[in-house]
Amino acid sequence: MKTRFQGLSGLSWLSLALLISWLILPLIPLALWSVSRSWFFPDILPSSYSLRAWSYVFSTTSEVLPALGQTALIALGATCISVIIGVPAGRALGLYQFRGKAVIEILILAPMIVPGIAVALGLHVVFLKLGLAGSAIGVMIVHLIPTLPYMVLVMSGVFSNYNPAAEAQARSLGASPLQAFYYVTLPAILPGLMIGSLFTFLVSWSQYILTLLIGGGRVVTLPLLLFNFASAGRNDITGAISMIYILPGVLLLLVAARYLTGRNGNLEGMHRI
Amino acid sequence: MSDLALEHLTKIYPGSETPAVEGVSLNVESGSLTALLGPSACGKSTILKMIAGLLTPTSGDIRFAGSSVLKQPPQSRDAVMVFQDHLLFPYLTVGENVGFGLKMRVQAKAKINRAVGEILELVQLSGLEQRKPSELSGGQQQRVALARALILRPRILLLDEPFSNLDESLRLEMQTLLKSLHAEMKTTMLFVTHDQEEAITLADKIALLLSGRLRQYDIPQNLYNHPKDREVAQFFGARNFISGRVEAGKFDCPLGQIVLPENAPADGRLLTIRPENIVIGSNASSDNSFPATIASKKFLGSQTRLELDATGQELTVLLSPNIAESLQAGTEIIIQLPRQSLWVLP
Repeated sequence: MKTRFQGLSGLSWLSLALLISWLILPLIPLALWSVSRSWFFPDILPSSYSLRAWSYVFSTTSEVLPALGQTALIALGATCISVIIGVPAGRALGLYQFRGKAVIEILILAPMIVPGIAVALGLHVVFLKLGLAGSAIGVMIVHLIPTLPYMVLVMSGVFSNYNPAAEAQARSLGASPLQAFYYVTLPAILPGLMIGSLFTFLVSWSQYILTLLIGGGRVVTLPLLLFNFASAGRNDITGAISMIYILPGVLLLLVAARYLTGRNGNLEGMHRI
Repeated sequence: MSDLALEHLTKIYPGSETPAVEGVSLNVESGSLTALLGPSACGKSTILKMIAGLLTPTSGDIRFAGSSVLKQPPQSRDAVMVFQDHLLFPYLTVGENVGFGLKMRVQAKAKINRAVGEILELVQLSGLEQRKPSELSGGQQQRVALARALILRPRILLLDEPFSNLDESLRLEMQTLLKSLHAEMKTTMLFVTHDQEEAITLADKIALLLSGRLRQYDIPQNLYNHPKDREVAQFFGARNFISGRVEAGKFDCPLGQIVLPENAPADGRLLTIRPENIVIGSNASSDNSFPATIASKKFLGSQTRLELDATGQELTVLLSPNIAESLQAGTEIIIQLPRQSLWVLP
């Protein structure tokens, strides 16, 4: 570790410190709130502590645990659908030139440019007619609006560095199309696929407006719950839910960091096959 | 016996007007080493990919030992392709790369390992099973690619410019290796190259392709000495073409009457002789001798090129530099066109 840090210049240290404080500092009051009984302005620390917020969060009467499951299920579902659509779409955009490619690229980026709420308001009517409004499936589908562009963009980047001749080679060596995908394509795109999936998961995980509009209050996810308690002034419960809420983000980013740094060899290999 | 037969094979890529391959018919004999020779983009790689099953022909048929394989997907065709870039799978070890095809055929691990060891020995890479492809040199990588294909003992091995990314000395080494592998395993091999020297050194027979069409399919000597037409001759470096016509074993042209070899075609309008076969400074009274003037002289390294003017007919001669030393531009000389070196084209 020592040798790794020796190379850092003063500026790098500064930016690292800024990044850490920017990420960690806002979390400290939340963590304190979650274990406080009373904390009044202008005290620096709470005057008394308790675990009642945490026991409420984990009690069967609160909606927190079901909401956690619901949020995870929707995020997983949206990620799976994004993978199923994003991998072939990214392959087409990354590998081939075809008429109308520029238009399709702009259309894919459109949800990142057009405010999601505008789209969601329009979609709400359609979803009502289809019977999807107010259902977890409907929320999952509407989450694709912000998640899919991430997946498609990441995968088209991955595939633009990919040589499809490797698949032809595998086929010629006796691999079926499925075997060629599993043994040749998948290992080559896996790092990118992981990163894209992590982003997709986190984008879905943090949706508020789209869930509220399409879910109509019947699909309760963690962000909704968090907002309710925050606006009700229950800072202790807000703090406790926040701690749970950021957990997957931190875990997934650690895994992603491993993919980005620890397995560099694999990423380099992508350009070579 | 013919192992591989192409029948009127044609490929037109979608959106393209001109066919990449047009009406190619070819019989490749069992156990032979055949070269598909041609300039880049003449359709030779397209033919290889169609045989491997990686491309579907627009029309025509491909037969292995007499039966059509068009309906078979690549993995069940008994033909394996080796690409120009070795295309080793980077995240697999050398041993896993070589064993890939056997693994796809679901064979026992011990059996695969034994076969991998054997084939690596054959390509002189014993003991490198555990290395990653990135740790090997370019020549070693191409050897692994060869081993990976040969381990499957395919009926036909297809090689797409296998050595063109290697430097000169390595290429010669690999050519020798391929030749000895061919002698040992007696696999039918079809390899694509744009390098006529490589084709001539390696191949039993050469199929010359020019813009998607098969122009001549013959043993190397015949392509060189008895080309079918002017374009084939030019591809193999012929420079001298004399217009005239054949009359009773002689070629009647502005130079005079030139005596032809007995086996020359009886009808033809062009006489050709390779630049290195023209003899300079022979006796004026011998057969096929003509006066000429040296128009220019150019040193090319291992050879010297003379441009001659023989009563209005331009001729190119290649000589060894020490013979050419005494000859200067403007000198009048006698040239002889040896009878056995002449050939008549349509």
